[in-house]
Amino acid sequence: MSAPATQSSAPSATPSAGPSASPSASPSASPSAPLVEVEGLHTYYGKSHILNGISLQVGPGEVVGLLGRNGVGKSTTLKTIMGLVRPSQGKVVYDGRSTAGMPSHKLARLGIGYVPEDRRIFRHLTVMENLRTGLDRGGVTEARKQELLGKVFAYFPVLAERRNQAGGTLSGGEQQMLAIARAMMLEPKIILLDEPTEGLMPRMVSQIGQIIAALHQEGVAILLVEQNVPLTLAASQRIYFMEKGAIRHESAASALKANDPIIHQYLGV
Amino acid sequence: MVTVLDFFRNFPLDLLLIQTVNGIVTGMILALIASGLTLIFGIMDVVNFAHGELFMLGAYLGVLVIATTGNFWLALVVASLVIALLGAALQVVTLRPLIGRDPLMTILVTFGISLVLQNYALWQFGPVARKIPEPFSGHFNLFYLEYPWYRLVIAGLSAAIIGSFWMFLKYGTFGIWIRATTQDRTMAQAMGIPVPWVHTAVFAIGSGMAAASGVLFAPLVGVDHSMGLDWVLKGFIVVVVGGMGNLGGSIAAAIFVSLLESYASIWVSPSQAVIVSFVVLILTLLFRPTGLFVPTPK
Amino acid sequence: MTKIRDHHSIIFWTGFAVIVALLGVAPLVLPEFWRRFLTESLIWGLLAMASDGLTGYTGMISFGHSAFFGLGMYGAAAALILFSPPNLWLAIAFGLVASAAVALFVAYFSIRLRDIYFAITTLIFSQIFYVLIFTWTEVTGGENGLTFTRPRLSLFGLFPVRFTTTTMHWFVLAVVVLSYLLLRRVMHSPFGMVLQSIRENEARTRAIGYAVQRYKMVSVMLSGLFAGLAGVLYAVQKEFAAPDFVYFVVSGETVIYNVMGGIGTLVGPIVGAAFFLMLRETFSRFFTEHYLIPVGIIFIAMVIFTPQGLLGFARRWLNR
Repeated sequence: MSAPATQSSAPSATPSAGPSASPSASPSASPSAPLVEVEGLHTYYGKSHILNGISLQVGPGEVVGLLGRNGVGKSTTLKTIMGLVRPSQGKVVYDGRSTAGMPSHKLARLGIGYVPEDRRIFRHLTVMENLRTGLDRGGVTEARKQELLGKVFAYFPVLAERRNQAGGTLSGGEQQMLAIARAMMLEPKIILLDEPTEGLMPRMVSQIGQIIAALHQEGVAILLVEQNVPLTLAASQRIYFMEKGAIRHESAASALKANDPIIHQYLGV
Repeated sequence: MVTVLDFFRNFPLDLLLIQTVNGIVTGMILALIASGLTLIFGIMDVVNFAHGELFMLGAYLGVLVIATTGNFWLALVVASLVIALLGAALQVVTLRPLIGRDPLMTILVTFGISLVLQNYALWQFGPVARKIPEPFSGHFNLFYLEYPWYRLVIAGLSAAIIGSFWMFLKYGTFGIWIRATTQDRTMAQAMGIPVPWVHTAVFAIGSGMAAASGVLFAPLVGVDHSMGLDWVLKGFIVVVVGGMGNLGGSIAAAIFVSLLESYASIWVSPSQAVIVSFVVLILTLLFRPTGLFVPTPK
Repeated sequence: MTKIRDHHSIIFWTGFAVIVALLGVAPLVLPEFWRRFLTESLIWGLLAMASDGLTGYTGMISFGHSAFFGLGMYGAAAALILFSPPNLWLAIAFGLVASAAVALFVAYFSIRLRDIYFAITTLIFSQIFYVLIFTWTEVTGGENGLTFTRPRLSLFGLFPVRFTTTTMHWFVLAVVVLSYLLLRRVMHSPFGMVLQSIRENEARTRAIGYAVQRYKMVSVMLSGLFAGLAGVLYAVQKEFAAPDFVYFVVSGETVIYNVMGGIGTLVGPIVGAAFFLMLRETFSRFFTEHYLIPVGIIFIAMVIFTPQGLLGFARRWLNR
């Protein structure tokens, strides 16, 4: 696997993403060492061999796309990084440390944010309480908390409006925003985004694109699993193509066009 | 031939009212016990068979503290805290290893714990029942009875404990953690909530509540090693009738069942009045198995 | 494949025959106390085995077996008291009918409930029967239970012979062995296979088209019948019936035997029962009546560390 060289993102309609190297978000990892490194993961579900020796990397502050058909193991990869699924073989290294045996809540505290497929916000908790599940941590001053809240409400004004409403009463798009906002409360170094645009209207889809760009601007790394190819190409610096539980191809996003034959090959679109 | 009019004339109205008060008092204690049970089940999927024994040990601890200090309120606090710690220890040692396994294993383990605790109490305290004097005397006249104030106080205290716990759940970080863990354990972990510790704390709180009810109840009955069994059974009935994991439902069910039993005691003996709760359970299972006090699931 | 199966059969049945022979010879060489101990282990073993059919094979943990056992006991008691001279076969008949009726009743209400709710409901039902028996003093003798005389062993009313400890033991052994063979046959039959499929994945079994509720019902009744049979044997051996045996703690102990011995093996629970009773004997010497403290701790440790029980490792092998 080649070391991720900083790439200029493809020209897009979204503001922000400039050609300069993204600021290193974590002082502990040197700019060339990956923030997240996945090596040779094998995972089984019953007898199904879901992950078949997958290896990938995400650099600090980098937006990396993971494309592939349904069922190839993209979500499982994210879940394994998050510690929700234990691999039978292989390892995950985060910020220089192996995550083997670390419980998910520790990984979250160490700076991995997770936004799952189907959002999974806490339906019976209010928007505010949902945010607090990530916000209420030791070592965060009250001032910082207000800052974070302010920032998230600036990104997602609709959440500010609905802050005392139960999560289950929000629309699909609003729930997606809440799921992302919630992860941001952890002040993560990397956010694992699993199909954030699924089931959303086009207007919301572009909003997601803007949010990803904004997060990238702040130096948050993102591992983006998606079916929406144009969005992924626009938002990411690098793309991995996955098939049958392993990475088959890697490319700089700028080198790909939306109708590239590779995309047809791995996505059957 | 007894006519309808005769029936109403002979209807023991005063007895009925007295039994209403009694029913509410017992109901509140049962509610406290059931709250702990349903809390533990709702959040951890654990059926805590040992709950009755925690209740019983709380009562015994109360006896000991009162014997040495004579202070009832101190007994209440000490018993709750110590048993809460015991609960936490039990959870860490015996229930944590079982996470991820068949939840039915937790029934077996808590059953084993209940056997051990029961026999431990028998060993340490002997078979003779102990009694705690009421923390304060004083009666008021309820019809022809001199009704002790104390009974109303414990009902009030139970309500206060349940109430403050409900407040704690609603506000405060830990309350949010507990509610999040109940709704989606996985995502709670992914949000940095230390779920294993939440579980331990919940078990500790439930244990503490059981112990508190033990101390509150002790002046009313004799404290002996087997007092837990009956209560845990009633507790389970109440939890099923109220809807597993439904705090409000358990409380309502507890009072409902206790009232019915109190009324039944007017006509039959107390040991037979227990059948009332069984009948309520059977009817609930037949017609509203998700719980009598739960809105019908859509 | 057939060769392996034949090989397995030979080993299994030889082993089986050896063990039965040993158990048969045992009362001739053991002192009186151990003779009775062995007989009692077999009776509790039968109860545990009955429970295993439900727990181990169908996957439904039940705390209601004390009701089946107890009603079998009281049913037999009824026959032995009401009819003179006391007739063994009538006692068995009454006991089986009583326990079957209870099983039907309990099954009707609890079948539709899953897992934990089923366990709790069966527990509450065993308590219902406990209270009924305890309070209906005129019929059941209430707290004090019933005492009666042991019937004589006779075939069709001919040649009545009094039971000795040894012949009692052989009778019980015969009943338990027959029960085991019967249950084994059932669990390995297509019916039994459906039960095991229910244990593995109830939803899928239903999706395939099996009337899962009916199978569960039959499983409960089968389990209840053999548990009742154990109750009959107990009544005949001890010559009394008491409500203590209907109390749910007996159900709990049954589950302990199952777990200690190994669920899903049929013989495992018998071993588990014997093991538990042995532990009780041993610890009673040091702790008198508080033996449950160390034994309880051992049980908890076994659930955590060796949930498959003593014979669980041989589960596949025993079920071939």
